[in-house]
Amino acid sequence: MLEQIGISPTQLFGQLLLGFVNGSFYAVLSLGLAVIFGLLNIINFAHGAIYMLGAFTAWLLLHWFGVGYGAALIIAPLFLAICGILFERTLLRRLYDVDHLYGLLLTLGMALVLEGTLRWLFGSSGNPYPVPEELQGVWRLGFMVLPKYRVWVGGAALTLCLVTWLAIERTRLGAWLRAATEDPMLVQNFGINVPFLVTATFALGVALAGIAGVLAAPIYQVNAMMGSNLIIIVFAVVVIGGMGSIVGSIVTGVTLGLVEGLTKVFYPPASDIVIFVIMAIVLLVKPSGLFGKDIHS
Amino acid sequence: MRGSPKRTLDPNMLHSEAHEPTRLTLEDVHAWYGESHVLHGVSLRIGSGQVVSLLGRNGAGKTTTLRAIMGVIGKQSGSITFDGRQLNNMPRHRIPRLGIGYVPDERGIFSSLTVDENLMLPPVVQPGGMALEEIYQLFPNLLGRGGTRGTRLSGGEQQMLSIARILRTGCNMILLDEPSEGLAPALIQQIGAAIRRLKTAGYTLLLVEQNFKFAAAISDLHYVMEEGRIVDRFTSDEVGSNLSKLNSYLGI
Repeated sequence: MLEQIGISPTQLFGQLLLGFVNGSFYAVLSLGLAVIFGLLNIINFAHGAIYMLGAFTAWLLLHWFGVGYGAALIIAPLFLAICGILFERTLLRRLYDVDHLYGLLLTLGMALVLEGTLRWLFGSSGNPYPVPEELQGVWRLGFMVLPKYRVWVGGAALTLCLVTWLAIERTRLGAWLRAATEDPMLVQNFGINVPFLVTATFALGVALAGIAGVLAAPIYQVNAMMGSNLIIIVFAVVVIGGMGSIVGSIVTGVTLGLVEGLTKVFYPPASDIVIFVIMAIVLLVKPSGLFGKDIHS
Repeated sequence: MRGSPKRTLDPNMLHSEAHEPTRLTLEDVHAWYGESHVLHGVSLRIGSGQVVSLLGRNGAGKTTTLRAIMGVIGKQSGSITFDGRQLNNMPRHRIPRLGIGYVPDERGIFSSLTVDENLMLPPVVQPGGMALEEIYQLFPNLLGRGGTRGTRLSGGEQQMLSIARILRTGCNMILLDEPSEGLAPALIQQIGAAIRRLKTAGYTLLLVEQNFKFAAAISDLHYVMEEGRIVDRFTSDEVGSNLSKLNSYLGI
């Protein structure tokens, strides 16, 4: 049936897989944004730059120290989380009591500084990062060719989302986090160190972006602007899913990746704008986002 | 005591009737919200095992006094002592860990948490907290509601949950901000009965109220606030002979 409209199954499933992989990156990044926004009320415009730093950290670990992919998956997010803690304690913390715009300006400025520095140091051309040996090659399934590394990336990203969701929705620490998102002062009145919780949450969001960067390194070329290209789409995902919604960011991220993939199959010219068209429609119909709480509730 | 309504009470006389060891003392506490000066030298004393109510109209500074005790007001001065320890300049999250529980105005039940999660939210700060069975005995309405969203409970049940979650923590000094607010008479009675049982169990309570009848039935001592000052003080025995004065303070 597909052949009748000029589409081969290989092409369709290939694009669906690509869409799924892209979607899992959208999910991990918008999840980090949602967690940070929920508790800190900061729209982290540096999120894309952190993702880029995750990829660069992996690349530098390999080229300067010979440290491979597996270790980078742990070292890069830890290193970035520590940088995130320093950033939150020294700069971001000063802005919680003032208008949201200041947080936006600080993080956007930070992103520009980071991207500019990396471009100055390493140029703007892409640096290839090899797919780790164990994950090279493909599985041939007859109707499609399945690159092992992409399957790993999709699976790892979704596992990461699921673990984060469980930690927030099903653990005591997660309950503290959700409660502090609603009323930080009251949570503090129960004897919980809210400033510490805020720092830890920011570190978690940063670490998620860092892992996404390492996962992306072998797929996309490692370069200083890789984050800013992606983060624009991720912000659209966040708007569609609902600002601050954990489930919303995961479901919307993966779904929109698939929608983007399908558009590439059925009407390629629209594939670059389809997410923004959906965003516009969602904003018209339900401004708080598909999973967002209504402003009045 | 025959103070004129506009004058602040003399702090020295606060110690005159100290039968019980003192648990909480406020001396000349001032507090500011931004530029506006809201507490003008509040002094009060609560003895161990006492139920003390803080009466006054809306905006008299009652809730602010509780917030000052919890240390959450940006700018405050004066001295607050609890069990012999100075609370001023203590990191905010340490104050509850000394055993002071806070039941906020409007109950403070979290909508994104279930009843169980709301109940288990405050960390246990010292031994001696109530076991869950005791809590359900005190508030049978909460039994079997664990998976419900906290804010799906009725107002009265939310109030019970707000008190119950503090009883778990081992806090034995409890600040209650208008527990009777917006509740039907039957529920007010139920909350009142629970508070009396806490008193019997040896809890020390500071109760902020506008509902004088409710406060009179359970308190040993009443402080009256007006415009950020303590303007009068009655023991429960003195209430009968001062009713007209109280009515004019509270605008009943």
